[in-house]
Amino acid sequence: MAEPGMAGTRIRQRRLVAGLKQAELAEAAGISPSYLNLIEHNRRRIGGRTLLQIAEALGVEPATLTEGVESELLAALQEAAGDAEADDDLGHDAPELDRIEEFVGRFPGWAGRLADLGRKRDALERTVKALSERLAHDPELSATLHEVISAVTSIRSTASILAETRELEPEWQMRFHRNINEDGARLAEGAEALMRYLEAAPEAGAEVTSPQDEMHAFLERHGFHFPQLEGWGAESRIESMLGQVENRAARALSRAALTQYLEDARALPRDDMQAALDAHGLAPDAIAHATGKSLAQVFRRLATLPEDMVGPVGLIVVDGAGALILRKTVMGFTTPRSGAGCALWPLYEVLGQPGRPVQAALLQGDLRVCAMAVAEETVPASFASPPLMRAYMLILPEPRGTDRAQARPVGVTCRICPIAGCAARRERSVLRDAL
Amino acid sequence: MGKTVLLIEDEQNIIEAVSFILSRDGWEVKTHANGQNAMEAVRAREPDVVILDVMLPGKSGFDILSEIRAEARFERLPVLMLSARGQAKDVEMAKRAGADRYMTKPFSNAEVLDAVRALVPS
Repeated sequence: MAEPGMAGTRIRQRRLVAGLKQAELAEAAGISPSYLNLIEHNRRRIGGRTLLQIAEALGVEPATLTEGVESELLAALQEAAGDAEADDDLGHDAPELDRIEEFVGRFPGWAGRLADLGRKRDALERTVKALSERLAHDPELSATLHEVISAVTSIRSTASILAETRELEPEWQMRFHRNINEDGARLAEGAEALMRYLEAAPEAGAEVTSPQDEMHAFLERHGFHFPQLEGWGAESRIESMLGQVENRAARALSRAALTQYLEDARALPRDDMQAALDAHGLAPDAIAHATGKSLAQVFRRLATLPEDMVGPVGLIVVDGAGALILRKTVMGFTTPRSGAGCALWPLYEVLGQPGRPVQAALLQGDLRVCAMAVAEETVPASFASPPLMRAYMLILPEPRGTDRAQARPVGVTCRICPIAGCAARRERSVLRDAL
Repeated sequence: MGKTVLLIEDEQNIIEAVSFILSRDGWEVKTHANGQNAMEAVRAREPDVVILDVMLPGKSGFDILSEIRAEARFERLPVLMLSARGQAKDVEMAKRAGADRYMTKPFSNAEVLDAVRALVPS
């Protein structure tokens, strides 16, 4: 189905709802009608001042025009385009990245399908990798193969002796026949075990979506908010809620997420949070101070309260190695699905300074957000092992009146980041021409 | 009396088959069926050549080979390694550990015989 997610399409819809003519909206926004026409047909990218002016003229929040599937779809298509580029030898023309928005706007169905195919291909690549790893390192498979090869070696050697030795003493003959018989049985058992192992491989299908993806899908279905877990006796509800998660590994991750939710909801009950929000606004440090809870806990709690209570609040969590373990994205702030994000996110800055928060205005593409980050120790250090860390980054709408020049340009991952000359770049961007 | 082969291998039927072929060829075959006391067996038997399996209970063939090479009097003792793993990195590892020959299972009797004969010229 066509996805009405592009900014231009939304602007057109809003304008029609408001009963405005293109010329009227263009005038109110201070742009030419022909330019607005291009924007509405998704042939020009919109952002910055123009977006704010159009939003103001339409009487809506700028985020409502740009938020949502669009950035994810664009990112997915850019990923897919990048891979097509890697297959240069296929002899296709390079994807027209400069017209990607027009493509999404004009052919949303095709674009969605292409993005889906790209995602599926990525998932298959992960599965192949997981299966290869499994073949190379699985101790069960290795032991079974060892059994089989031992039996084959013995049979081959013994059979040659029986076939090639002239005048073999009956005693030896009997012994070797017995050995072949034994090894034959062992080989049959080994072959059967191998078959069982290979037939069990459909479990690997679960790896098509990683357990983390499945946990995220579960959390997203609930908008990261679980009213059942607020209040007393909620522990007993966790297991029944986990019934919706199929894969065992994903269930374990989801269980951990819900247990954390429960703990946070107990420490910061919804009514207390409402009072704190009334008193301090969306100021996590002030709320942490007033409630005596850690900043990380306040971050987690804010990100799991319903949007009608706190507005859009995103949260990205990484472990000490920088790998993403949770992503609740809002307003179109885009994160990779796994691995590490942009090294310029304050999230990574705070890993080296647990307990000391950092706040920064970020500019991702045309989107400006306020990011607050803090790291905390999850398992304290001992003499035998280092402390285990987690870093949290809250994504909030940028407060009005911020000095615009101060926002830090950041990306998603290097692969789909257009920022030129970035010192933090890990790999070449597939966006040769910056958007 | 022929020269001595020490066969360190845990599969009883492979031990019997290989022992049989080597004995028929005139070798005196001693056997040892686990990894743990393999070094003691090498010291006690003082063989002319060792056939050493890689996957042994108790200790890996690579570790045993390192122990053999660590003793001055066995520095040049010919060692033929047998393994089910035939990837280039396994062969490389065996060479680095000091193996003279590396043979992948399943092998033919003639291959083993040729290898042992080549390692200990009469």
